[in-house]
Amino acid sequence: MIERIASSFSTDNYWELFALVQNSVLTAAVLGLMGGIIGVFINLRRAGLVVHGIAEISFAGAALFLLMGLDVVLGSTLGAVAAAALIGVLSIRDREVSAVTAVLMPFGMGLGILFLYLYQGRTANQFGLLTGQIVGVDDIQTRTLISVAVLISVILILIWRPLMFSSVDPQLAAARGVHVNILTIVFMVLLGGAVAMSVQVVGALLVLALLVVPSAAALKVARRPLIVVLLSCGFALFSAVAGIMIAIMGTVPISPYITTISFLIYVVCLLVGRRQRARISSEAAAAMS
Amino acid sequence: MTEPALRLDAATVRFGARTLWSDVNFSLERGEFLAVLGPNGAGKSTFLKVLLGLQRLNSGNAEVLGKPVRRGSHQVGYIPQHHQLELETPLRARDLVALGLEGHKYGLPWVTRRARSRIDELIEQVGATDYAQRPVGLLSGGEQQRLRAAQALAGNPGLLLCDEPLHSLDLNHQRAITELIRSQAVDRGAAVVFVTHEINPVIEHVDRVLYFARGDHRMGTVQEVMRSDVLSELYQSPVEVIEHKGRLVVMGEHSEGVHHD
Repeated sequence: MIERIASSFSTDNYWELFALVQNSVLTAAVLGLMGGIIGVFINLRRAGLVVHGIAEISFAGAALFLLMGLDVVLGSTLGAVAAAALIGVLSIRDREVSAVTAVLMPFGMGLGILFLYLYQGRTANQFGLLTGQIVGVDDIQTRTLISVAVLISVILILIWRPLMFSSVDPQLAAARGVHVNILTIVFMVLLGGAVAMSVQVVGALLVLALLVVPSAAALKVARRPLIVVLLSCGFALFSAVAGIMIAIMGTVPISPYITTISFLIYVVCLLVGRRQRARISSEAAAAMS
Repeated sequence: MTEPALRLDAATVRFGARTLWSDVNFSLERGEFLAVLGPNGAGKSTFLKVLLGLQRLNSGNAEVLGKPVRRGSHQVGYIPQHHQLELETPLRARDLVALGLEGHKYGLPWVTRRARSRIDELIEQVGATDYAQRPVGLLSGGEQQRLRAAQALAGNPGLLLCDEPLHSLDLNHQRAITELIRSQAVDRGAAVVFVTHEINPVIEHVDRVLYFARGDHRMGTVQEVMRSDVLSELYQSPVEVIEHKGRLVVMGEHSEGVHHD
């Protein structure tokens, strides 16, 4: 197996090849920045599983639109935003989100598989929805992906304080006049959009690698809000861009590279974070005595 | 200022057919300390929600500093029940205090120089300077509760609402937080509404008691309310209040619904 992966590598004409995927690299970079920002809130609100659920319904939406000959990005966006808004509303009602997500997830996946089975076109498109297909996206889709990702990032920055306040201490935030429930819905809609955009890069199955893992890694090593965001964006951007740049040398799809890089970053951060915490607590103990 | 910090006028809350409490009338002057007592479900938390503007009265009026209660008012500070913050919360102590000051604002999350010096001031006021730069997730319950006090004091409130702020804290921290509320709120002219299961940790500071039970309430000084005959009538069953070394112990024959010490 290793031989098969290794023999598929070729560095001939690397930069010519790179020029062909320039758009994809740029898209991946912007999506990485967005993932780094929204990931901080996903982790803070413990919504990792929810992200996975939204991704699978997003997959169903994309598969349906593929079957009907419509725009795949639009299909996955509609699916993701609808699922996210629904989960948001339900979570305000009774706060038991994971059960709802677990019910919706297989349903969405099943529908997606049905639509793909019915689809008669190229099988590469089908597989791409699950595992990533960014090299295949055209210019118009690239532009859509980048503008939506920038829009989501800007909105997140503008609602940063109230969203952080209601994520950390919803009771107090509500008392101070923050509309906590409205913010939850706004956040879920943004999350739906972010998932739909990321599905195009890493596919429905691996969205967590771009949206959750980088910020989870950043939260292990940093606590200052600005540093957490910068690190999280940096990790996501690096895994996405480096993943593509390595992948174009061979025939293995992009996603395994992206997921492996982000996993390795997480492991390193986990170890560094442990050492940091041990040092802080020994310093605190020294200060006490 | 001559208007009372808080005035309730025939205030009533109903949930469907059930009357939680009705006809609550009193006013609280600045610098007064009111303890709100009663068993779970008697309406203590709802009482705070009314004062925060998060729960409407079915009839009657509630005014804070002469104006009808309004959600998100800067005149009202609020210390919620203590819950331990997540270990990985991406905030330092001073960032948490900053949320109390500007967490409701939309727009670019810059902290202005003026806000920064106000944050320093608040942190000093609650004695949290030593750990101002430390991640909140690594702080003890007592330290986190001091920061919540700083958040509540951010707007220089005329009315400070506390929802069991001593819950799950050890005795030393209970005393420290109580002293803090005394010195930073009461002595600065704010009225305090202090919801608690247990009157003893704050008994020396309490001016008046509002006791909710069984859809009814009693209001008065500690001596007027914390009495066997008054509480027995309120609970509609025999209750005994025993004083022991300055502490009050409330005991019910059928202890259900009566708080335990």
